[in-house]
Amino acid sequence: MNKQEAKKTQEKASRVREPLFHVIKRDTIPLWKSWMIRVIAILAALLICGLITLVLMGRNPIEMYASMIKGSFGTSRRIWKLLKDTAILLCIALAVTPAFRMKFWNTGAEGQVLVGCLATTACMYYMGGNAPDWLIIICMLVAAVAAGAIWGLIPAIFKAKFNTNETLFTLMMNYVATYLIAYFLLVWTPDGSSSLGRLEHGHLPVLLEDVVGNSYLLILLVVAVLTVGMYIYLKYSKHGYEISVVGESNNTARYIGISVPKVIIRTMLVSGAICGLAGFLIVGGLDHTVTTESAGGQGFTAIMVSWLGKFNPIFMVLTSFLIIFLDQGAAQVSQDFNIRGAFPDIVTGVILFFIIGCEFFINYKIVFRNKKQKEEQA
Amino acid sequence: MNKSVALEMKNVSKRFGSVLANKNVDLTVYRGEILAILGENGCGKTTLMNMISGIYFPDEGHIFVDGEEVVIKSPKDAFAHKIGMIHQHFKLVDVFTATENIILGVKDEKHYSRVEAEARVKAITERYGFHMDPHKKIYEMSVSEKQTVEIIKVLYRNADILILDEPTAVLTPQETEKLFAVLRRMRDDGKSVIIITHKLHEVLSLTDRVAVLRRGEHIATVNTKEADENSLTEMMVGKKITLNIERSEPKDPVDRLVVSNIHCTSAEGLPLLDNISFTAKSGEILGIAGIAGSGQRELLESIAGLQHLDGGQITYANPKTGEVINLRDKTPLQIRDLGVRLSFVPEDRLGMGLVGNMDITDNMMLRSYRRGHSMFLDRKRPKDLAEHIIKSLEVVTPGVTTPVRRLSGGNVQKVLVGREIASAPTVLMVAYPVRGLDINSSYAIYNLLNAQKEAGTAIIFVGEDLDVLLELCDRIMVINSGRITGIVDGRNTTKEEVGLLMTKTAVPADNTEEKEDVSRE
Repeated sequence: MNKQEAKKTQEKASRVREPLFHVIKRDTIPLWKSWMIRVIAILAALLICGLITLVLMGRNPIEMYASMIKGSFGTSRRIWKLLKDTAILLCIALAVTPAFRMKFWNTGAEGQVLVGCLATTACMYYMGGNAPDWLIIICMLVAAVAAGAIWGLIPAIFKAKFNTNETLFTLMMNYVATYLIAYFLLVWTPDGSSSLGRLEHGHLPVLLEDVVGNSYLLILLVVAVLTVGMYIYLKYSKHGYEISVVGESNNTARYIGISVPKVIIRTMLVSGAICGLAGFLIVGGLDHTVTTESAGGQGFTAIMVSWLGKFNPIFMVLTSFLIIFLDQGAAQVSQDFNIRGAFPDIVTGVILFFIIGCEFFINYKIVFRNKKQKEEQA
Repeated sequence: MNKSVALEMKNVSKRFGSVLANKNVDLTVYRGEILAILGENGCGKTTLMNMISGIYFPDEGHIFVDGEEVVIKSPKDAFAHKIGMIHQHFKLVDVFTATENIILGVKDEKHYSRVEAEARVKAITERYGFHMDPHKKIYEMSVSEKQTVEIIKVLYRNADILILDEPTAVLTPQETEKLFAVLRRMRDDGKSVIIITHKLHEVLSLTDRVAVLRRGEHIATVNTKEADENSLTEMMVGKKITLNIERSEPKDPVDRLVVSNIHCTSAEGLPLLDNISFTAKSGEILGIAGIAGSGQRELLESIAGLQHLDGGQITYANPKTGEVINLRDKTPLQIRDLGVRLSFVPEDRLGMGLVGNMDITDNMMLRSYRRGHSMFLDRKRPKDLAEHIIKSLEVVTPGVTTPVRRLSGGNVQKVLVGREIASAPTVLMVAYPVRGLDINSSYAIYNLLNAQKEAGTAIIFVGEDLDVLLELCDRIMVINSGRITGIVDGRNTTKEEVGLLMTKTAVPADNTEEKEDVSRE
């Protein structure tokens, strides 16, 4: 024992003192291990949340989790709402994903969705009663997609030509979109109330009304097709390949003759267009009106969904579902426990923190000094 | 001269993995002298100096300052021993002023006083004859002004030993003269100045003593007065080592690529390429030798259509039709569409030639994915090619789906060279193809190049190891500061001749008139 200690002190004296632990990037990790880390993280999150519930609120944590699940799956209406919200969020996340894979940080999904909503509403407002519904819907779709695409195109052109910072640019475009809606609401409501109310024409058709009883099915189908389409586009198309190359290295792209500006502009057109489509679904299928809150911050939540899903459309189904589930569950907890405050948000926050945080342990491993020294001595 | 020892290194070694960067180096620095650390690229000059300035910690050996052994673990320790280094890449805060950058991070005993600090900065500027506006922001400054700020920053921290890493690389000749005047004044003030360089004329005109490093080892330290270009070059490049690389006679060489009078400038307005003219012939390996950053990269990228040229012509003779095609101002895609089979193995393998995170198959596709009208990718043929290359070039990899960044350097290079050769090029450009490769991989690459040569490809080989260039290439073109200093026959030349050409003083860039003439043409 003395010898060991002597050696340790000697080592300390002769070498630069190493910190207690250091972090090494993992080269590769087996699939089962990465999923094990994720499962442990979720269990740990549930445990911590349980403790918080118990200690801070003095409530039974099991009851709280039951309430969360009830909030999402309690009735068929809640299940449909869960699916519908997941679909809309996923749609916007799918929109930002091609841009993100290109390392173009499109934080403007919110604005691109909003202009999609605005364009849809404009068609409903001006064409309502003057044209058959099917024609209105086609116009709504075209207008929404075009509006979203233009909103994505503007920052893309500036990035491609002048290398402006796309994050700031797209972010600021959100405000322009919000105030554009505010302006049109003033124009469309002569009484000055700025509240448009539900428009009567141009509603999306309700599929299988007798069986389902709501209009969500069409949205689910559209987003499902879009998810598969986006997966194929990114993985198997030449465009998707170019996006990956540009995202990995501009130099490589230049070297093999990919025009980087062209790819940026094309990808942002796609990204914006899908955001516009989301706006079309929100207004045409659900709200039938527009407000400055039509996108409801989902343009930003979508960024998280895309990142958490590692920019893979199939994983993103899971992550968007998780986030909506937590959201809806938290709302139910707040109602059942009659808590107004931030408690449900704390629970959601803790769970997300653990899920995001565990990625660190998947990408890196931690080596402790003592262990290393033992290895050296062995 | 007062010869008191300022700093001494004894038996210092440093390893990076399996690479020995410095081996048992002894070095003595006196007060009131300018010492040059001279050597080729990668001979360990910067590593050695980084160990004095606290960036790296030596694996073995001792460092003494003023006769006392010291431990330098960080730049802060270095400053405590009055040692300061001016790095090649400046470490300044862009939005701060010169003075703010200089005083940043200095903890005085007393309270911080801006007025006092400014007065001290002013005193330093006047003492050594710097020209600097203390209130100018860094982003508004030229490279030379930024360097001045870096030097004053070090002096402000009371450094008596100043290390400058290739200080003239980014300067114009006029700025260089100014810098040298300042350095001489510092020497006369009793400071020790160490400059890392590979420019012989600067060594001879500025320094008092020269320490020559070669492959991490200290060869000798000589008094500058007793040295000349020839003796220094010989110490730098060493004796010729025989490698036994095959070299066949070129078979009926014809002009394949003609480069005439091309020139281009950097964003700062410094010339990158200056009137470069040469011809690459079929069935021949043309070597390009030069100190790193002499314009090799820009030259190859000009031919590949990646570098904008201010003037000159690049023409390609199609071997089938005999048609002569102009390549200047064409994009890489246009060049390919013109039927020019040009392959390029760039220096930055994973950052340019390949995509590190993609697997071997997807990397094979980089050149060919556009083929066909389908909007979808055909992965079949790239996969076959990947398997073929893995087998024929003996690439060690778990499979075709392994990301290339996980492969070792030699295998990465085989994948890249294999892909570039697969398109049966008529012109093949390779930049430092054996850098970081072990002996066997290196010979595998030489054999591939020789096979291409036999097949009639015109090969342009940018290399750094003179022994390899001398044995592999039919002709060797030497460039320095973007200018050709000579084209020699690879079979008759000597290492000393090439070494001298590499460091030969290019005609000072006092050629603004000449350049205008060319652009008018």
